[in-house]
Amino acid sequence: MIAALIGLPLAGATALLLGGRRTNAWGHFLAVALSASSFFVGLGLLIQMMGRPAEERAVSQQLFQWITVGTFQVPFGLHLDQLSIAFVMLITGVGTLIHIYSIGYMAHDENRRRFFAYLNLFVAAMLLLVLADSYLLIYVGWEGVGLASYLLISFYQHKPSAATAGKKAFIVNRVGDAGLAIAIMLMFTTFGTVTFTGVDAGAGQASAQHLTWMGLALLLAACGKSAQFPLQSWLLDAMEGPTPVSALIHAATMVTAGVYLIVRAHAIFDLSETARTAVVAIGAITLLLGAFIGTAKDDIKKGLAGSTMSQIGYMVLAAGLGPVGYVFAIFHLLTHGMFKAGLFLGAGSVMHGMHDDVNMRHYGALRTMMKITYVTFGLGFLAIIGIPPFAGFWSKDEIIHAAFGQNTFVGAAALLGAGVTAFYMTRMMAMTFFGEARWQDDVHPHESPAVMTIPMMVLAFGSVFGGMAMLFLGDIEGWLEPVTGFAQPANAISNTILIPITLVTVLLGAGYAWLRYGRRPVPVTAPAQVSILTRAARADAYGDALNEAVFMRPGQYLTRSLTWFDTKGIDGAIGGLAAAIGGISARARRLQNGYTRSYALTMLGGATLIAFVLLLVRL
Amino acid sequence: MNPNNYLVLAAILFTIGAFGVLVRRNAIIVFMSVEMMLNAANLAFVAGARSTGTLDGLVAAFFVMVVAAAEVVVGLAIIVSIFRSRRSASIDEPSLLKY
Repeated sequence: MIAALIGLPLAGATALLLGGRRTNAWGHFLAVALSASSFFVGLGLLIQMMGRPAEERAVSQQLFQWITVGTFQVPFGLHLDQLSIAFVMLITGVGTLIHIYSIGYMAHDENRRRFFAYLNLFVAAMLLLVLADSYLLIYVGWEGVGLASYLLISFYQHKPSAATAGKKAFIVNRVGDAGLAIAIMLMFTTFGTVTFTGVDAGAGQASAQHLTWMGLALLLAACGKSAQFPLQSWLLDAMEGPTPVSALIHAATMVTAGVYLIVRAHAIFDLSETARTAVVAIGAITLLLGAFIGTAKDDIKKGLAGSTMSQIGYMVLAAGLGPVGYVFAIFHLLTHGMFKAGLFLGAGSVMHGMHDDVNMRHYGALRTMMKITYVTFGLGFLAIIGIPPFAGFWSKDEIIHAAFGQNTFVGAAALLGAGVTAFYMTRMMAMTFFGEARWQDDVHPHESPAVMTIPMMVLAFGSVFGGMAMLFLGDIEGWLEPVTGFAQPANAISNTILIPITLVTVLLGAGYAWLRYGRRPVPVTAPAQVSILTRAARADAYGDALNEAVFMRPGQYLTRSLTWFDTKGIDGAIGGLAAAIGGISARARRLQNGYTRSYALTMLGGATLIAFVLLLVRL
Repeated sequence: MNPNNYLVLAAILFTIGAFGVLVRRNAIIVFMSVEMMLNAANLAFVAGARSTGTLDGLVAAFFVMVVAAAEVVVGLAIIVSIFRSRRSASIDEPSLLKY
């Protein structure tokens, strides 16, 4: 049954890609049906799992022996436990809603079949990633996700910017993938096995240094997929893909993979303080950086992309806190999956009504024209900034609480991040739905069709009740504890004091944004005279410039000097030798002049020389 | 018997022959010079054989004579055929076989 979870969407992708044009008419329905059936299979497995006692919930399925080299064996096995099933529900649930939404969003695209094939492939790869029972099999899913994201980000391949963005995502991810490959090799040399059970069992005996390097390599991998500092630059460009893709990448698949990897490898991180500290630092930096970038973006999708970076930063931070945080990292990931997918689908709906214009300065006053989008986006907005009792409040507050338990600075960063989140989300809300209409000519905003609004409503429902349901009905802490372990944070600040502080911070951020963008008119063109901070945020905090200066330019110099050395040095030496020999022989050839007497002289000279030498030796 | 005189004579004859090969242009003269060098060698062989009282040098001298006879046959034939086509017996004339 577990294999069916992956097999169904994979079959869809295969059928649509191999079927070609014949499947154009019904291909998207097939894709939706297969994704949905995968969801229902997952739901069935979840219900079965809930019926079993905690220690028997994890189930495995060995499909076949994948690699056998001497004593090293890797089975192709799937492992479904409480952590995997949470991801399965998120991926297939949110994934299916995005599939349904895409029917409407991509209705006029002639490549819709191809789009749905890639969506199915994406879901299948992500499911393989979360269901694998060894790190090597994770790597297969990991690369599959990378491939699918590349195909989808550069889906509008006729646009050079989209093609470049796809390549960028792929290449930046390669850097992270190298980390995962190194981690797997380290596991093999240290434990002799790469399965979860083998690694978990062996971690206790491994040396601290090995574990630290393994943890850092895994962190690098997570940074690539989850767009964490310093590998964050692909995420903002990834907005070139169609909006449902952004929703899929940012909510259900792809960026969650890094958090999953860290939590899955908790046996390693539990034992390495250094690796955990690095994870926390990366998370804290990214959550502030992402939020900072989000504050200055006029492109609604890029604003949301900055927000994703920031929210994933929260999850990574929580995962770095150890057993105190694993559960909350996953909890926030699940709630974030719902509200962020809702926000992206809302943004897509707005774009749909605005002729694919993404500039928020051309929006304004849309709350009357797009009532459903307004309400669903608004609920997602309340969830992400963490207003109780919406979903984001429960998970984010727990992370801030746990962060203060670790370190006041980390806690303060998380708290500040919450305030900035409120600022940019309120700015987005105000610029899009409130204020005066700044629509361009011949734009007539209209509400999207039901096939798009219904998934948005479902996700909005999740944004409102998802957090409470998981916390109080589902007991997420108790549910995940057998897999990840759980410890109550030992805290300086209790939740009763922290919640009001957080809420005040959030309200301050939101209020300031409302004063600047809600009460005052928003200029249609972005002001040029802005502070240096705004300029930095508009340029993605100079992430691209940094990559260019630190990696691209020196890399180009390196290749150029290597080419120079190759052509001038190596080729020069070889070519020069050949030319020298050629020149010498051209001169030596002249000795062969055809005159018998000169040959006779040579012979005489040679004979005399030999006779002379013989005499010398004799004497 | 002191072979030194014979050896000196052989050396003188050889030198004259070698000199002739190198400086003369007429193919017939060059040919004769080569014969002189061969006979100089023969003289040295025979002198050596006589002084040591063995047959080795004499055997070698016979071989040289046979080689010289064969050489004369082939060499003269070549010279005659070159002379027929070029109307000249100069040894510098046929220098086509070169770089």
